Amino acid sequence: MKKLYSGNEAIARGAYESGVILASAYPGTPSTEILETIVQYSEITSEWAPNEKVALDVAVGGAYAGVRSMAVMKHVGLNVAADSFFYVAMTGAESGLVIVTADDPAMHSSQNEQDNRRYAKFARVPCLEPSDSQEAKDMVGAAFEISERFDTPVLLRITTRIAHSHSPLELGERSTEMDARDPLKFRIDRTKYVMVPGNARKRHPIIEERVTEVSKFAEDFAYNLVEMGDTKLGIITNGIAYQYAKEVFPKASFLRLGMTYPLPPALIRDFAAKVDRLIVVEELDPFLEEEIRLMGIPVEGKSIFPIVGELDSGVVRDCAIRAGLQLVEETASTTPPEGIPSLPQRPPLLCPGCPHRGVFHITNKLKVVVNGDIGCYTLGFLPPLSALHSCGCMGASIGVAHGANKAGTKQKNVAVIGDSTFFHTGMPALLNTAYNKSDTVTIILDNRTTAMTGHQENPATGFTLSGEPTFEVDFEALVRALGIEHVSTVDAYDLDGVEAALRAALAVDGPAVVIAKRACALLPEARKEWMPLEINPEQCNGCGMCFRIGCPAIVRSEEKDAKTGRFLAKIDPLLCTGCEICAQVCPRDAIYFREQMLGKEEK
Amino acid sequence: MKTMNFLVVGVGGQGALLASNVLAEVGVRAGFDVKKAEVHGMSQRGGSVNSHVRWGEDVKSPTIAKGETDVLFSLEKLESLRYISSLRQGGIALVGESVIPPLTVSSGEDSYPVDEEIARVFEQVTDNFHFIPTQTLAKEAGTSRAHNVVLLGALSSFIDDVPEEIWLEVIAERVPKKYVEVNQAAFRAGRAVVG
Repeated sequence: MKKLYSGNEAIARGAYESGVILASAYPGTPSTEILETIVQYSEITSEWAPNEKVALDVAVGGAYAGVRSMAVMKHVGLNVAADSFFYVAMTGAESGLVIVTADDPAMHSSQNEQDNRRYAKFARVPCLEPSDSQEAKDMVGAAFEISERFDTPVLLRITTRIAHSHSPLELGERSTEMDARDPLKFRIDRTKYVMVPGNARKRHPIIEERVTEVSKFAEDFAYNLVEMGDTKLGIITNGIAYQYAKEVFPKASFLRLGMTYPLPPALIRDFAAKVDRLIVVEELDPFLEEEIRLMGIPVEGKSIFPIVGELDSGVVRDCAIRAGLQLVEETASTTPPEGIPSLPQRPPLLCPGCPHRGVFHITNKLKVVVNGDIGCYTLGFLPPLSALHSCGCMGASIGVAHGANKAGTKQKNVAVIGDSTFFHTGMPALLNTAYNKSDTVTIILDNRTTAMTGHQENPATGFTLSGEPTFEVDFEALVRALGIEHVSTVDAYDLDGVEAALRAALAVDGPAVVIAKRACALLPEARKEWMPLEINPEQCNGCGMCFRIGCPAIVRSEEKDAKTGRFLAKIDPLLCTGCEICAQVCPRDAIYFREQMLGKEEK
Repeated sequence: MKTMNFLVVGVGGQGALLASNVLAEVGVRAGFDVKKAEVHGMSQRGGSVNSHVRWGEDVKSPTIAKGETDVLFSLEKLESLRYISSLRQGGIALVGESVIPPLTVSSGEDSYPVDEEIARVFEQVTDNFHFIPTQTLAKEAGTSRAHNVVLLGALSSFIDDVPEEIWLEVIAERVPKKYVEVNQAAFRAGRAVVG
């Protein structure tokens, strides 16, 4: 029986079956599970890199050395890795190199919805796009074949709905050619692999010629599918959009492009000639539409379907009906019910026991400008904390804080950055604050894991992706080595400690770092320490201070204080971890600390 | 067979994913083409979660279009209303009795809809709306955490062409060994509750 695999699990399986030897990645939704699945295949050396650029360089090294290699990242990760992507597009490699980019239309977990097919054309790199898990697995193999046949890296582009959707998968065997190989000898070829101007000038015509060659290959590529039906309407589509279009137009004619760069001009021209009306159904940018129009073929696309957000079969159907497209599969319309009360939102939150909560309470108290970064702590921007004032991309916080400081802002600028994000792109920015004599404070939120993407290891955790013990970064020593003289480490749960450390850092004339250290409350070791706290209803007068830290474990009780007439607070014992942030914030000592809880039990 | 669309909704941490994994696997064992779609990452941290499961002969899209859900499977009362526009006219709505107040309700800024209000809205779309005493039945079976499996039991009673054994078998494979019996009891309790 076939088993259900997510697109990410299927790509991992594809890497295994294709004989991949080396895989490197930086975690990022929606791509994270690819490496987390690959790690179970002992034949593949798989690693977390500190960022996507390093991951790609590692994979390039593997491919230069002659083994099939893979680098995996989310769409914005390719921005970080772009420099490497462009040089390896020029050099090619000795063995297959596949770069997986997981794009995020609708921005379920991202800051933008860039369409990475643009990178394929930009760097002259072929781009493959699967439409389900089976194709996600099989196209890994196709990508390596193209990579080796044409001496080019290949971009395998998926989107969230491919990455995180499950569909049945037929498994294959691993190609063991590479497993049984002799130790490699690195082949020296300076003209090909040393990209100085003289060599690069020779390579550029070669890669332009390569595009033409791959384009010819695409004319017969097995994943460029033609499915002729009614010729009144012809649909050119790709990736997940193919599934939506198939559902809405079951009778139309289809050209489903499995390779979206470079395109097969003859195949497209031939298909266009057979149909009365030609449309493109694609998510995000009008990438195919523009390419087809450049071929001089009349085509419609974004005049019918949105450029923003995800498609689904409902969106495709509504747009098609509005555009008067024939052959639409009609469904009974549902009238929306009336009187739906306005529903309270349920945004993602800092979890109960989150070590970031107390730090934000203190930055609010000291009224500093807080430049944020990418991680769980980004959620500190939400009310009631509302504690972040800028946040752009991985590693941006420190540079932005420095710039605002150099511009001469009246308030002190602070950067908050997580442990993993600090390694990713924070380190050069911190070095810059020392080098250029910044008057900023950087708070490293060291929660001992890469939390937002689901607890991945990083250079501070002491373990590798495969769970092997390794060295553990000493943050204080690292920060000092980058030229920061004022460094202190505090327990993120100790509010007085955090406040004292931050005040001292703010008083320094020059760059300073505070390391707020405390393990994420959801880590297994931290879970063992959970102990729900309680409120003393005799002391609580319903002042509401504890609500201001935004902890989901603190709820309003039914009981009112006789004097103030306000509802007393209550702690949900199923959610509370006993971090004691609320107990420290309470002005009336109405929340029992752990020690008091233990004392109560003894009595 | 016409494709069956199930939308599983709840709050992060409630066990919506386990429920949708069981539902998808049961579909595979019963011989259907199956697709399942969900979103991981940021949306999980205590936020509203949803998972689409589709059974059919040849399922294309992994997600369900608005107004085409045949069964809305909600582990939490408020969340059922959030997804009502996905339910088709006359579809089945199964709503568990869990109440998880969002932060703005806990702090008193917003109010949580009462049962009558929820029922009144659903009745405009379908007669097939049921509150299921998921917590009560799960507790009776041995642990309130099995409330998601109680709701699966209730759902199973609406699907005639899948034998009970398949459900029980998949549940046994998907829950920790020492909780198999409790979960199977929870399933049976849910299966007996409607109709």
